[in-house]
Amino acid sequence: MGSDRTIKWFLRGYVLVLFGFIFLPIFASLVFSFNSQRFPTVPLGSFTWHWYETIWNDPDVWDAVRTSIIVSACTSVLATFIGFCTAYTDYRYSFRFKAGFLALALLPPTIPLIIMALAMLAWFAKIGASGQVWSIIIAHTVLTAPFAMAVIRLRLNQMDANLESAAWNLGASEWTAMREVIVPFVKPSIISAMCLTAAVSFDEFAVAWFVSGLNKTVPVIILEIVTGNIDPQVNAIGTFVFITSMTLVIIAQVLIMTREKKDASA
Amino acid sequence: MSEPLVVFENVVKRFGDFTAVQEMNLDIHEGEFLALMGPSGCGKTTTLRMLAGLEQPSEGEIRLAGQVMNDVKPHERDTPLVWQSLALFPFLNARENVEFGLKMRGADAAMRKSKALNWLDRLGLADFAERPVDQLSGGQRQRVALARALVTEPQILLLDEPLSALDAHLVIRMQGELTRLQRELGITFVYVTHSQSEAFAMADRVVIMGDGVIAQTGAAREIYRNPANRFVAEFVGRNNILAGNISSIARGVAAVETPAGEFKVHLPPMRQAADGDALSFAISADLVHLADKEPTGDNVVPCTLISEEFVGSVITLFLESADGTEFKAQVQERELANIDLKDTKTLYLSWPTSSAHVLED
Repeated sequence: MGSDRTIKWFLRGYVLVLFGFIFLPIFASLVFSFNSQRFPTVPLGSFTWHWYETIWNDPDVWDAVRTSIIVSACTSVLATFIGFCTAYTDYRYSFRFKAGFLALALLPPTIPLIIMALAMLAWFAKIGASGQVWSIIIAHTVLTAPFAMAVIRLRLNQMDANLESAAWNLGASEWTAMREVIVPFVKPSIISAMCLTAAVSFDEFAVAWFVSGLNKTVPVIILEIVTGNIDPQVNAIGTFVFITSMTLVIIAQVLIMTREKKDASA
Repeated sequence: MSEPLVVFENVVKRFGDFTAVQEMNLDIHEGEFLALMGPSGCGKTTTLRMLAGLEQPSEGEIRLAGQVMNDVKPHERDTPLVWQSLALFPFLNARENVEFGLKMRGADAAMRKSKALNWLDRLGLADFAERPVDQLSGGQRQRVALARALVTEPQILLLDEPLSALDAHLVIRMQGELTRLQRELGITFVYVTHSQSEAFAMADRVVIMGDGVIAQTGAAREIYRNPANRFVAEFVGRNNILAGNISSIARGVAAVETPAGEFKVHLPPMRQAADGDALSFAISADLVHLADKEPTGDNVVPCTLISEEFVGSVITLFLESADGTEFKAQVQERELANIDLKDTKTLYLSWPTSSAHVLED
């Protein structure tokens, strides 16, 4: 009993420290984004919206936010579509080299980002497509489609193997069955995949930095602001990015969890 | 009315090297309740899936109402199937599930709804129409699946072990309901099951399959009393199966020498047999007599009791003769009142020669 309790407290402490390491810097950044002093020191100065006003009035930041939103919205739709197709192919068909096909489909996230970014840049430059908004979209789609696939595949694997055949049996053609049965069944995971891929794209720095050219995304502009000077604007913009991504990830997670609970009770 | 509703003509189905159904010829008539029964892997479900178009025959032809169905896609036929897993759509409520088939046929919303509610009402689910299917009990889900399949008023309904997930008492109730429904609708039911009690209780005609081949077709009683071959006799169960060589034949009665002793059987009229031929035969366990003193006459086996199975008024005794052949005897509980099972070392089984039934090779 005694050692059980020790282990319990040790594990609790471990989790606490872990979350501390992850969230304290973010929390500090949040606090300093409202701090009137230029340098992040204690004691704090007075409360201010000044840094938020600065970025609000900075057209470069606005451009970056617009680019980021366009990129992550397009990426989430494209990556989720590709991810769905890959997951469905895996669910429905068996063919030679399927293992190879799956490995290839899941490969991109295992490639070091910097290599990926360099490769993308070289390739886009070669075909004369570098520095465009859509070149970031393509790069991000490649990067995030495997996440979408993984999430949707999880859901498809929970489906009764006869559900699709049942739809055909009741008069649905293959396309109709896809629309009336498969898509409604995996819908929570589609939304979840869209949130997740949008969040990854919104945060992604390395590839965006190499490929974006003049169309900077938010993480790229953050680096530009920090380069050379310490500016609490970064705290303000960082807080904004953090809240955006967290919201998307939490929506994705809630959707995954509610459907698991529902399936468990059914 | 020339051709039966469904005709399987020399149908073969292969999956790679495995032949699931071999050279099947089967007619299914309009308005009959047909059960396809056999152990798992015997090809019964494959047969059903071919009828629904979910599998294509490798060879042969399947005709439905005179039309060759081999290349007709599943969604282009009206052969609704009630699935073993039910396969209800979990994101739809009971009524929407039932409406699905009508929706696929382009029926308008008002008509769909009234037909679906009508069917749900008919199956006693009027109060549950708007419930999500995961909030219904097993029996209720079963009925939703039935309503969903029947709502398009098909000529034929396919059922793939639909009762296997239900509790025993519900199975009996659903059997009654299915039989009643089939009579009322007058349509053909093709019912796949491994359960003899389900098949025998409901079907007008039972098809017994083993290893992709039809072993016997007939009414339940016929199959039970006159199993055509060893496979059927064993599958139907509660049969004593003996095999040996003919030692003599006199006036249509053969004496067969088996490890357990010499027994007499009536040879079927068409059967060619000579001394020394191998012959196997079955005696139903409920046609066997049991005594504690040696009876006179033919077909007597001294046995020792191994175990007994007591189900209400009927007792099944498992016995063994001196050479190790196993026997089963099914007797009424009251018949055993005069026999002291505990202290009697040797029991005598006997049966009239007319009870032994010759099996095909």
